[in-house]
Amino acid sequence: MTSLTPPPQPRQAFDPETLIACPACDALHADMAVPAGARARCHRCGTLLLAPREGALAQIVTLAATALVLMMSAVFFPFLELSAGGKVQRSSLLDAVMAFSSGKLLPLTFAVAALIIVLPLVRFATLLYVLGPLALGARPARHAVRAFRIAEATRPWAMAEVFIVGVVVALIKISGLAKLSLGPAFWAFVTLVLVTVLKDNFMCRLTIWKTLEERRKS
Amino acid sequence: MQTDDLENAGRTQEVLTARRAGLTGCRNCGRVHDCAAQVCARCGSRIASRDPHSLQRVWAWLAAGIIVYIPANIYPMLVTTTFGKTSQNSIVGGVIELFHHGAYVVALIVFVASVVIPIGKFLAIAYLAVSVRSAAVIRGHGRQKLYEVVEFIGRWSMIDVFVVAILSALVQLDFAATVNPGIAAASFALSVAFTMLSAHSFDPRLIWDAYEADDI
Repeated sequence: MTSLTPPPQPRQAFDPETLIACPACDALHADMAVPAGARARCHRCGTLLLAPREGALAQIVTLAATALVLMMSAVFFPFLELSAGGKVQRSSLLDAVMAFSSGKLLPLTFAVAALIIVLPLVRFATLLYVLGPLALGARPARHAVRAFRIAEATRPWAMAEVFIVGVVVALIKISGLAKLSLGPAFWAFVTLVLVTVLKDNFMCRLTIWKTLEERRKS
Repeated sequence: MQTDDLENAGRTQEVLTARRAGLTGCRNCGRVHDCAAQVCARCGSRIASRDPHSLQRVWAWLAAGIIVYIPANIYPMLVTTTFGKTSQNSIVGGVIELFHHGAYVVALIVFVASVVIPIGKFLAIAYLAVSVRSAAVIRGHGRQKLYEVVEFIGRWSMIDVFVVAILSALVQLDFAATVNPGIAAASFALSVAFTMLSAHSFDPRLIWDAYEADDI
């Protein structure tokens, strides 16, 4: 682990292009090349600044594409199956979303749909759009900067993994009431969560922004 | 360099920040600009050396979050009808019922997600917002950690809303049992969203500014 150093002291006129400011505490650092696999932290607050990895772009693109496919199957295949007293009830992910669609709670339907389906989809799609060309070594696509901003903004709101924990809690709540079986969509969704966590671990925000800027110039 | 940093950790020390150097750093991508710049050249987000309205937004969203958290605890989260009998469950009621069923771990998860985390977040955000103004008991590193935890953990409070959604979708066995969502689900979801926005409005650079405020 390396720690980026502050810029050289007597304060001559700084060229902003050669500096990085820590997003968390504003401390200035000299922007230097960080070798792949190393992690550069802020010298004051310890926030992780740069953590480039060999082949990270290709990995993220692959994982985002996988996540996109998994999400499609998670939405359309049966998610959970409940049987009690000879009656069988099958629910898809869409049914869970539509649970609030009656009466006063309709707005919550849109919110849940956004949190567990729409925003994760938006995030995967924008990541593919931005990082796809970069991984192939090409120039960034048009509006790539705006697309990556959207991808970053949706990050806290894409709650697929929170939903999975909710499913587990719900299953235990009704396990006494009826017999339950898990559909293919459930496993697709679980895989999706694992893929998402993996993908977010590979991602280094500052490195991607820098790469985008360099490729735009060239 | 490293040891020097460790010795001085948390103490008032000469750290060159973008603001001190007359520059503005982007909170999104780390790019440094002249202080005149308003939009980041690298990522296109709006930049400001310090956002003077940051704390106001924090308090506004926090107040909204606390207000809607009250009905979330009073009104029912779940309305269960079993063989014609209707019972209503609030957030805490649901936890107690799980506990009686012997599902201690799940009861604990729900209790932590819907009671401990929201209230802890209210307190943590309020403390962070107050402490940038007055002398802080916890050092900069501690508060930075607190902020990171608050930012990370906020979304996990949504668990209970999803539980209600899944139960309502799944348990529609006309005669035997039906589960319907209660109005508290909506206000709880709003409370989580508002506190997430509150935490997001907080500018962590304010935590560190206190250590260099004297000579600017």
